[in-house]
Amino acid sequence: MIPVGFEYVRPDSVDGALALLAEHGEDATILAGGHSILPVMKLRLAAPELVIDIGRLAELNYVRVDGDGDDSWVAIGAGTRHRTVESSDVVAAEVPLLAAVARTVGDPQIRHRGTLGGSLAHADPASDLPAAVLALGGTVVLRSPRGERSVPITGFYTGVFSSVKEPDELIVEVRVPRTGAGSGWAYEKFTRRANDWAIVAVAVVDGRVGMVNMGPTPLRASATEAALAEGASIADAAALADQGTDPTGDLTATKEYRRHLARVLTKRALTTAAGA
Amino acid sequence: MKIQMTVNGADTSADVEPRLLLAHYLRDTLGLKATNIGCDTTSCGACTVLMDGESVKSCTVLAVQADEASVQTMEGLSPDADSLHPMAAAFHAEHGLQCGFCTPGMVMAAVSLLEENPRPSEREVREGLEGNLCRCTGYHNIVRAVLVASGQDPDAVTGGGHAEEAASGGVEVAPGFSTGSGA
Amino acid sequence: MSIMGTRVIRTEDPLFLSRGATYTDDLTDERLIGALHLTLVRSPLAHARITSVAVDEARAAPGVVAVVTGAEVDMAPALLFGGANKAMVRSFLAADKVRFVGEPVVAVLTEEAYQGQDAADLVEVDYDPLPAVIDLHAAATDEVLLFEDAGTNTSNGFGLDAEFDEHLFDDCEVVVTREITNQRLAAASLETRAASAVWTDGRYTLWCSTQAPQSARDEVAGWLGVDSAQVHVITPDVGGGFGAKIGADPEFALVAWLARHTGRPVRWHESRSENMTGMVQGRSQAQTVTIGGNRDGDVLAYRLDVLADAGAYPRLGAVLPLFTRMMAPGVYDIGKVESRARVLVTTTTSIAAYRGAGRPEATAAIERAMDLFAAEIGKDPVEVRRRNLIKPEQFPFTTKGGAPYDTGEYANALDKVLDAAGYPELRAEQKARRERGEVVQLGIGVSVFVEITGGGAFSEDAAVEVHPDGTVTVLTGTSPHGQGHATAWAMLASEHLGIGLDKITVKHGDTDLVPRGSGTMGSRSLQTGGVAVYQAAGELVELAKQRAADLLEANADDLDVADGRVSVRGTDSGVTLAQLAESEPLRVDTNFDSGAPCFPFGAHLAVVEVDVESGKAVVDRIITVDDAGPVLNPVLAEGQRHGGIAQGISQALLEEVVYDEDGNPLTATFADYAFPSAAELPSFTLLDMATPTHVNPMGVKGIGEAGTIGATPAVQSAVIDAVSHLGVRHIDMPTSPLRVWTAINAAAVEGAQ
Repeated sequence: MIPVGFEYVRPDSVDGALALLAEHGEDATILAGGHSILPVMKLRLAAPELVIDIGRLAELNYVRVDGDGDDSWVAIGAGTRHRTVESSDVVAAEVPLLAAVARTVGDPQIRHRGTLGGSLAHADPASDLPAAVLALGGTVVLRSPRGERSVPITGFYTGVFSSVKEPDELIVEVRVPRTGAGSGWAYEKFTRRANDWAIVAVAVVDGRVGMVNMGPTPLRASATEAALAEGASIADAAALADQGTDPTGDLTATKEYRRHLARVLTKRALTTAAGA
Repeated sequence: MKIQMTVNGADTSADVEPRLLLAHYLRDTLGLKATNIGCDTTSCGACTVLMDGESVKSCTVLAVQADEASVQTMEGLSPDADSLHPMAAAFHAEHGLQCGFCTPGMVMAAVSLLEENPRPSEREVREGLEGNLCRCTGYHNIVRAVLVASGQDPDAVTGGGHAEEAASGGVEVAPGFSTGSGA
Repeated sequence: MSIMGTRVIRTEDPLFLSRGATYTDDLTDERLIGALHLTLVRSPLAHARITSVAVDEARAAPGVVAVVTGAEVDMAPALLFGGANKAMVRSFLAADKVRFVGEPVVAVLTEEAYQGQDAADLVEVDYDPLPAVIDLHAAATDEVLLFEDAGTNTSNGFGLDAEFDEHLFDDCEVVVTREITNQRLAAASLETRAASAVWTDGRYTLWCSTQAPQSARDEVAGWLGVDSAQVHVITPDVGGGFGAKIGADPEFALVAWLARHTGRPVRWHESRSENMTGMVQGRSQAQTVTIGGNRDGDVLAYRLDVLADAGAYPRLGAVLPLFTRMMAPGVYDIGKVESRARVLVTTTTSIAAYRGAGRPEATAAIERAMDLFAAEIGKDPVEVRRRNLIKPEQFPFTTKGGAPYDTGEYANALDKVLDAAGYPELRAEQKARRERGEVVQLGIGVSVFVEITGGGAFSEDAAVEVHPDGTVTVLTGTSPHGQGHATAWAMLASEHLGIGLDKITVKHGDTDLVPRGSGTMGSRSLQTGGVAVYQAAGELVELAKQRAADLLEANADDLDVADGRVSVRGTDSGVTLAQLAESEPLRVDTNFDSGAPCFPFGAHLAVVEVDVESGKAVVDRIITVDDAGPVLNPVLAEGQRHGGIAQGISQALLEEVVYDEDGNPLTATFADYAFPSAAELPSFTLLDMATPTHVNPMGVKGIGEAGTIGATPAVQSAVIDAVSHLGVRHIDMPTSPLRVWTAINAAAVEGAQ
């Protein structure tokens, strides 16, 4: 299977990429690692006229701590590959959940190519990293020729494969609060095979719960979080994890099974995170 | 579009369609047929090659993305059949291949795995090869081969059997899907 | 020292591991220079009438040389399995009607491979949809017919003439009956199908990925309407087959026909997505098992009623229920056994052989039945099995299914796996976990099995020739695709000739070089083709002795052959085989016909852990005895066992080809069709046991399919066993997390009532 023909450009700066995006709009697609868009193009489910390759832009490839003291966070360039995230000392020390989740994405080959920004931009509700960033309370930094804006991940996704990102915008950075290595966190990913997409997955960090594949977008288990805040037991709080969710049924899971898995995985993740 | 890349140490260049997949550049443009294509969905890993030293699935990389890169295929590992690279030699000694179709990708994934984890446990080998499907061997001898290539005795390295050593203790769950801190 | 039975690593591997193998799509043969690339437009609907085909736009697309529709192909629609209903024929390109998603409708030929999909996307086919027929029970009602001319969806049947005996279970205190599904599987060889053809001087040369080049030649010739002599099939390296590449596919004939039609060489290599609907699939039986006996545990009667899926166009799958019936009672001495099978067409991909081919279906049924019976009478399933096994002194044993079992040590095989596993300790651990109410429960599953190998064709040709330069050529009609014949057959020749493996070349897969042969399938190679090579080498030794006797002026009885040399015993006088080949060719052509199949057997024990909250099952250990008689090369035999075990585990836990009610395949990519990576499997524990057969002089039996026959029911049984204390008696395969969770819930509801 091969894609429909397209034009290809490899701008040498983010500004160059943004200018091209602005010019071509929805006829163009951004290519970073390519592991979300190329499979779709090979199956001819997408046929962009222009592919803008930002995969080599060093200005998008970094992991660092930004800000000062209490007002500081981990900033990760959108072009940073999963492999870099999973093996980064900074990530391991400051947001260990993110390293652990990155390690579960796809398989090693995919992690060598796929990027954090690409994963977030693709907006697949079965993706691991969006739910992790959601649990972390992260922020997506978008840039366009019109300027730069920061969108909390809680307001970023609007549906399956869709977000508030405008056609002329590019994710340039992802910011996540520093949780520190001592925080309680866990990621429970339920799959048939190791490298399958999650049937359901649950990311927990410091009492916040992000869920994969429990609706058209990554979701927070709000009822669980509220119950925990009010002092409920893990078992009681986890039993509320599927409240307000609307998962789909498919080959591997019915709607009801997904809801059940969300409760089970939430209980396990909370238990692990609590060090119980 | 004109591209150039180093493949198995040799300079190559061609004027290619942007949509040309790296796998087809290797197979059809350069005639390096060891790299096989087994699926359409980045699932099987038969097309795995090293790009700038890391394993990638060449059916999901455009040739233009590999412009100026250094690529290595299985042909580049061993100079000839009489002097096999240690990984290839281990696959031979341990009968890690049958029909041979997954083999070039499997060998390259295994080389990349040891590059990142020189002495893996059995479980780490199994998980490190999760992106490569084999239908013949049941992986038993592939896993042995990779352990041998890492300088370990496969009969001695059990890696804790099948059960995963979860990052957290305490909670009893079936292996295969738990990651956590245990705070 | 004999080379037989030694651990020889494969001689073919250094090339495979350096330059890589040469599969059909890798060919750079000069006859294929300038070849056109074939892209097929396939039906997106399961069942529909074709109302129009518009190809003008495609014909005008860049690089397009020809666009061919079904109306233009002059090959007559073919009956792909001789025993099927004669009206159930398939066109090489559908012209009037399509009967499964993936059926070829239009052929597009382009100069470059990449141009093919672009042009194919411009072909417009209009369809008038018809209802899909997916469920076998629905097919049996004949409410929607695939072939109006046939007037029925029944292709053929076995044992349908007589009614079942209504008194079969009269003597039984306990009778259990249940419908179980042996699900549809995709062979999923890593190499998809490929073929290339050229037509020159009135003859077709066809390169194709097949397990049986000679039958591929005959089938393609028949479909093309030419004599077999006009088709030359060459089989390069083959990237796995597992039964799905036996003989030819209709697409191969189309490739050959198009080569002649266009006057250009034509190449075809399908994508995985095409493969998952276009290549034949396996299994797919709806079985009703009924088992009866007394409360002591004696099984007295067994009935197997099968609805077998043929897919849209009956192929090899339509005959496989024959094996399912033959092997129905398995390893058990059951007084009354009856079975029947109805083979039905459905609007799905055709069913053919998949590793085990009819026997795993039989074993899964009887082993499931034994478990159900044991559960009903409240006894240990292992003890119920042991009580009913055919005893060694009963052999040769002809079953009620008519199978003439050669030899068997079933109880020994069972004991070996139980001992190695520590069966009582496992049961104790299971009990402890149950008492503690642990989330992860332990399940233990045991199967004892017997199968039939070399069941399809008993005869095989072989030739061995020693050349004046001291090298040896072995010709065989078997056709390896990973089994390692280049090494194993060289060992057989070396054993007699005393010539090193490095000097012996095994050739196969070229029908001009080896005109007769039945290929590699049904675990037949060693017990037919291997024995033939062994026999040929032995006969060559005798021929060499006769020639040397004249030369050395000695009695042939006083001659020995060792290290490639004939010598007079006790003297220095001698002559090399190579020297004997100088004056006239030193070659033997022979044939071996066993006249009967073998019945290898074994026992498998699986230990699984099931997370009862999520329903996920993971195989922790699998321990197997696979008795295939004396082992020629343990390295290769173990490899066959490993691969089969993995596929057996996979059928039990993961794999299933699924269609929706409209006949759309939901598992048409490797992302959706789940077979395991290394991460889902444990290492395997193999135990040795070798009971020779008397049906061939080497005493050898087949090993290729043992794993899928033994492991599948053991693992399925283990998963059910892990949750049996929750009231679960049965879970169909694959025992996916969803299915296990659903079964636990259903049992809880039932238990509460």
